Amino acid sequence: MEHKELICINCPMGCMLSVDIDDNGEMKVSGNNCPRGDVYARKELTNPTRIVTSIVNVTEGELPVVSVKTKEDIPKDKIDEVIAALKGVTVEAPVLIGEVVLDDVAGTGVDVIATKNVNRKH
Amino acid sequence: MNKHVSILIIGGGPAGLAAGVAAHKAGVHDILIVERDIRLGGILNQCIHNGFGLHTFKEELTGPEYADRYIKQVEELKVPYRLATIVTDLKLSDDGHTKIVTTMDEEGGLTVYEADAVVLAMGCRERARGALNIPGERPAGIYTAGTAQYFVNLEGRMPGREVVILGSGDIGLIMARRMTLEGASVKLVAELQPYSGGLKRNIVQCLDDYGIPLMLSHTVVKIHGEKRLTGVTIAEVDDHLSPIPGTEQYYDCDTLLLSCGLLPENELSGQLGVTLSPVTSGAVVNESLETSIPGVFSCGNVLHVHDLVDYVSEEASAAGNHAAEYIKEISEGVNVPDSDDKAAEGRVIVVTDGGVRYSVPSILRPDHMADLTTIRFRVGAVFKDVDVVTYADDREVMRIHKRVMAPGEMEQTVLRKTDLLKEGTPSTYRITIENKQS
Ligand SMILES: Cc1cc2nc3c(=O)[nH]c(=O)nc-3n(C[C@H](O)[C@H](O)[C@H](O)COP(=O)(O)OP(=O)(O)OC[C@H]3O[C@@H](n4cnc5c(N)ncnc54)[C@H](O)[C@@H]3O)c2cc1C
Ligand code: SF4
Repeated sequence: MEHKELICINCPMGCMLSVDIDDNGEMKVSGNNCPRGDVYARKELTNPTRIVTSIVNVTEGELPVVSVKTKEDIPKDKIDEVIAALKGVTVEAPVLIGEVVLDDVAGTGVDVIATKNVNRKH
Repeated sequence: MNKHVSILIIGGGPAGLAAGVAAHKAGVHDILIVERDIRLGGILNQCIHNGFGLHTFKEELTGPEYADRYIKQVEELKVPYRLATIVTDLKLSDDGHTKIVTTMDEEGGLTVYEADAVVLAMGCRERARGALNIPGERPAGIYTAGTAQYFVNLEGRMPGREVVILGSGDIGLIMARRMTLEGASVKLVAELQPYSGGLKRNIVQCLDDYGIPLMLSHTVVKIHGEKRLTGVTIAEVDDHLSPIPGTEQYYDCDTLLLSCGLLPENELSGQLGVTLSPVTSGAVVNESLETSIPGVFSCGNVLHVHDLVDYVSEEASAAGNHAAEYIKEISEGVNVPDSDDKAAEGRVIVVTDGGVRYSVPSILRPDHMADLTTIRFRVGAVFKDVDVVTYADDREVMRIHKRVMAPGEMEQTVLRKTDLLKEGTPSTYRITIENKQS
């Protein structure tokens, strides 16, 4: 029997999760305030993932950059590749929230979308 | 001629936006939100990381996306707002009922508003480095973490390449990750206290994920470099937070970020004569989030520093609703006391001790209380496996077990009015911590 403690990062509550793993690999999660904590603990111990947020360059915009995020979470060990891929991206204003700025980033199958509106410079 | 407005909201961050939306929905449409920046959304515009809004929208958003939800509502409801306009002066009319608000726009144009109610939603600012008292020169390369966040996320500029962060507030933690991802080397985060002031999730996601050390009970004792920062000396501190000789370590760096806490921006509230709490630096408020001046409400970071924007929105909606109620009361001719002294009778004072630092609200007027009142508070140290206990005078009202509480995370309890008044109106409602294992 193995015991692991981790902190759920799915929401700002940051519940302290404790996980008991029996000899067959069965996990028992406690300390979570909602079902997402249970899912998170199982995933974090087998296949950790993260949402990545960054910025990309904008031309003709009222701001020089626009904030972006991966639409879904991506494997934790792909974070660096995602950031590197975003360095090469430039979009033209106007940019709308939710607009795809890069599809299938770093072969993850996940799109990167804008998280802010940037109007055209006038 | 001065312009009249029923409710004037100072600040267009998440607090001001939620207050405006709530007041409008409560039936008061003669509102004005005044924002000094060129866009609505406040500090959220630079918080591009995710983790906002799970409680309010049941999904995880980035700061700008969260702000956009409220900006859309403001636009749809046509709640009036002015951008690039700063409130420069706030005072009471001679009869004490009208709030005189002076604003200045980009061209320097002044407008004076006469408002029946004012909602203070100015947010907070970071403690400046002058307050930090670090010996040594003042070379370039020292910024507050929030300033660095503005450079990186809104201007796409990196302040430096080799970074040391002093203070483990959330902005510092977020910037440790952000600058690492942008290619900087973040050497360490030094925290004076024996605990972090930031959210646990940020320590996990921003430091642990990237192997950045968090050195608790450490501080910067010397700054090196003449024109540009070249390094800092870090030392361990003792129980009295004094550096321990012999523990000094030198780190090369070109950038020092300060993340040493936030201070509510209450200069205007002070001008108006609002009573401020020495603990929170925010206004002292009653159950309606009304300050010591009737018709002046406060919410969000200007009231007390929040770590979760969801609670800012919740609190600000309540403030907006109460401001709307106030407008209805005065239009129906209900007598509004000149000052809260006259209304002192029958008030319940919320007292905090045993490790609870403060509460918001700190005054309860039973005749104005709704069935349920949310009371938010912070603790002064890390507590594990303790009970939060509340008393109406000497009678126990609530006992809630907590696995862990930390200064960096706001706590809340919900008080049922009938529980408070079960045996008549008490003079105090006390929130304390019991069953501490030391
Ligand atoms: C760096 C950082 C990271 C955070 N991370 C998270 C997170 O991950 N998750 C989460 O839930 N919360 C997070 N928060 C908390 C949350 O974002 C804040 O609590 C929230 O933005 C506070 O809202 P506010 O409206 O009170 O203040 P603000 O957003 O600061 O808005 C105040 C507004 O008032 C305006 N103003 C001030 N004075 C005047 C004046 N005199 N005249 C006109 N306008 C004025 C300002 O320009 C500003 O727009 C974070 C906060 C910061 C600073
Ligand atoms: S368990 Fe649920 S409530 Fe707790 S941190 Fe995770 S997502 Fe949030």
